[in-house]
Amino acid sequence: MYVYDEFDWALLEQRVAEFRDQVRRRLAGELTEDEFKLLRLLNGVYLQLHAYMLRIGIPYGTLSSEQMRALAHVARNYDRGYGHFTTRQNIQFHWIKLEELPDAMGYLAQHRLHGIQTSGNSIRNVTTDQWAGVTPEEIEDPRIWAELIRQHTTLHPEFSFLPRKFKIAITAAAHDRAAVKIHDVSLRLYRNDAGEAGFEVGVGGGLGRIPYLAQTIKPFLPKRDLLSYIEAILRVYNQYGRRDNIHKARIKILVHQIGVEKFAEEVEAEWQTIRTGPLALEPSVIAEIATRFRYPDYEALDDNPDALTSARLTDRAFATWFNACVNRHKQKGYAIVTLSLKPEGGTPGDATAEQMDAIADLADRYSFGEIRVGHEQNLVLPHVRQRDLVELWRALDAIGVALPNINLVSDIIACPGLDYCSLANARSIPVAQELTRRFRDLDVARNLGRLHINISGCINACGHHHVGHIGILGVEKNGEEFYQVTIGGRADEKAELGTLIGPAVPYGDVANVVEDIAAAYLELRDRPEELFIDTVKRLGVEPFRERVYATRQAG
Amino acid sequence: MRLVKQGRIVEDRFVRWLDDAPVPEGVAVIVPHTRLLAEPELARRDAPTGVIWPNDRKVAELAPYVDRLALIALVFPVFKDGRAFSQARILREQFGFAGELRATGQVLRDQFVFMLRAGFDAFEVTKDADAAAFAETTRRYSIFYQPTGDGRRTAASARLGRVPAAAQAGRQRALQET
Amino acid sequence: MTSPLEQKLKVKGPVVVTANRLRDGIVIYRTGNGGWTTDLGAAAIVTTTPAAQELLKVAVADDVGAVQAYVAPVELTADRRVLPGNLRERIRVAGPTIALPAAADECSALPVGA
Repeated sequence: MYVYDEFDWALLEQRVAEFRDQVRRRLAGELTEDEFKLLRLLNGVYLQLHAYMLRIGIPYGTLSSEQMRALAHVARNYDRGYGHFTTRQNIQFHWIKLEELPDAMGYLAQHRLHGIQTSGNSIRNVTTDQWAGVTPEEIEDPRIWAELIRQHTTLHPEFSFLPRKFKIAITAAAHDRAAVKIHDVSLRLYRNDAGEAGFEVGVGGGLGRIPYLAQTIKPFLPKRDLLSYIEAILRVYNQYGRRDNIHKARIKILVHQIGVEKFAEEVEAEWQTIRTGPLALEPSVIAEIATRFRYPDYEALDDNPDALTSARLTDRAFATWFNACVNRHKQKGYAIVTLSLKPEGGTPGDATAEQMDAIADLADRYSFGEIRVGHEQNLVLPHVRQRDLVELWRALDAIGVALPNINLVSDIIACPGLDYCSLANARSIPVAQELTRRFRDLDVARNLGRLHINISGCINACGHHHVGHIGILGVEKNGEEFYQVTIGGRADEKAELGTLIGPAVPYGDVANVVEDIAAAYLELRDRPEELFIDTVKRLGVEPFRERVYATRQAG
Repeated sequence: MRLVKQGRIVEDRFVRWLDDAPVPEGVAVIVPHTRLLAEPELARRDAPTGVIWPNDRKVAELAPYVDRLALIALVFPVFKDGRAFSQARILREQFGFAGELRATGQVLRDQFVFMLRAGFDAFEVTKDADAAAFAETTRRYSIFYQPTGDGRRTAASARLGRVPAAAQAGRQRALQET
Repeated sequence: MTSPLEQKLKVKGPVVVTANRLRDGIVIYRTGNGGWTTDLGAAAIVTTTPAAQELLKVAVADDVGAVQAYVAPVELTADRRVLPGNLRERIRVAGPTIALPAAADECSALPVGA
């Protein structure tokens, strides 16, 4: 966990004071909505269908238990008792009043939480692997780099009025749990053949109306050059990104328009003028930031304590949960635990204030006071002693976050959709809920294996439907809700965009389509271990299309 | 419209000379970029000369004039169009422009700090209330994360107890603003 | 339900002007006497594009009373009741169509939609 120093505090307090003044000026009519909208977006405040929405950034998905309790407090006192964890490791509150915002934000700021740059045409939360710092398969903790970038891009005077939003993600493991390829800048920290650690830098990923995967423009960037190189990318984008059409303003469009080679040249030219300047990361600067990252004081423990082994053998329910929700930790005797925020019939990613408080308590007891948020909208307790797993499981089960459906068909990723969002064309949550009911049988779900369903209520793709194994996009046809279904998308290191299987189907038929796709997979897979996504890769979309649309209009 | 420099509303000593009439001697003028490019000798006048540079043209084209122009006016056609921030930094930090760098167009109070940090030192402000609030607004933040050419203390340098060498040129200007 | 904020105005039936209240974001409707109401039944209803444009123009100018005003369809029943004219507006009147987490019902001022 990163510990604030007096400079971090000062900046945050001053920002809160500034926003308080901006709200005052707005309520007094000294600022028009046009002027204020931009300013409130820079603080994470949207206007939605029923109320204002406040999006609080959770830098690289890391929360302390104290911060989780602060979020619960806001949910209780400024909202309707719950919050929604998002696909960018943030949290949203859907029922906020503008006039109460300065107080809510002042309170959150005391706990190092804020909405700075969680919306608007700014550089957004730098996201990463929810297992950063604890997975055995990373080369080092990417969060230190995420923190360096966070600071560099916070209230950056040159880049606060970009053509469009800008998202950066970083991974340091072979398996990409941060979906870096769908970001404007993707960073993969790895070791080259000489054993040096550096970044593969990609640009131009992004979903929405015209989805793209990031393309590599710098195969190996030394650590020292990270900030100067990102600065060069931003400077090229700020100057040449389109300003005339918000649907063509992301960097992905610019890269596509001028070509990735030309784009790389422009960045290189700009970079050469600044690479040796004050942005060069001296080891002392990196070390200084690293000193404020606190790691747990792990005990010296053995793997697989007897109590754990025996419970796995004798308690079927525990074993099921263990297999779905517990993963290896780099420290012997410890484990990574995933909490499911995908209960049957629930809203994916929602947690009540009571749950948040309970999870904070469990984090204190079992995880050194630390919690992670994943882009799949689940939570993680990252430092659990293996010998505590049984006890922890019972406690998680008691608060409803132990459903062993992680990575299964009912572990659905969904945006809030038309039930909340003013940009939406269709609802997404009830679709997700119905699917969790159809696939409530965990034996069925386990038989289907890893299967990611992503649902977006509009083309802005906040549900990341383009990269779902099954992607569902809500559209509007003649005032009715229809849904386009894609298959074959992936968000990981083998990222791919999904392919449409056929014409959009009405709201009442979506769950049936998904069941038909699942049935098709069971029929088509060449063995039980072949994952859905691999069957689609092997056979293509056609066999699925045939089966799903055999009884439906081919349109 | 009010001109703000060094935290105060001041008289504009420059005259905008937007048509094709001959530029008068002894008068500080600001001409459109097309005029300067057509008559580059204007930059060699005795009286101060300034240019309005559009935000969709590379400021590198101004490189030959940077030592002679007294003023460069950059444009924010709407406040959310932030291209001039990059232009300003390039002019200050890469080309070493030391004259007046003026922000024009739609300039919001809440952008003043960013503009100062990017190298602007003069602001054409449309709302009187904003002009009056300039000094207060720019004092809102005592610390910043990232270095620009303005010489302001950054968190990184404060943490390590040293000031970035590249910022020395801008330091005087920055200290005068607040 | 393409976001009405991005639509060209073309009035084909009875419409109202709706917005969100500045201070708390709740749903409001423009009345016939230059104000706003939270009650759809008390909203000014117009039926032609020019009338809608005029009503919208005046509403948008009230920058302190309301935010993000736009024209929304309504349905007039046989017994003179005014109902929201599409799903988006139904959701704005009745709230999300899903049950909010249990604690929310106690704080909710809006009836929860089915």
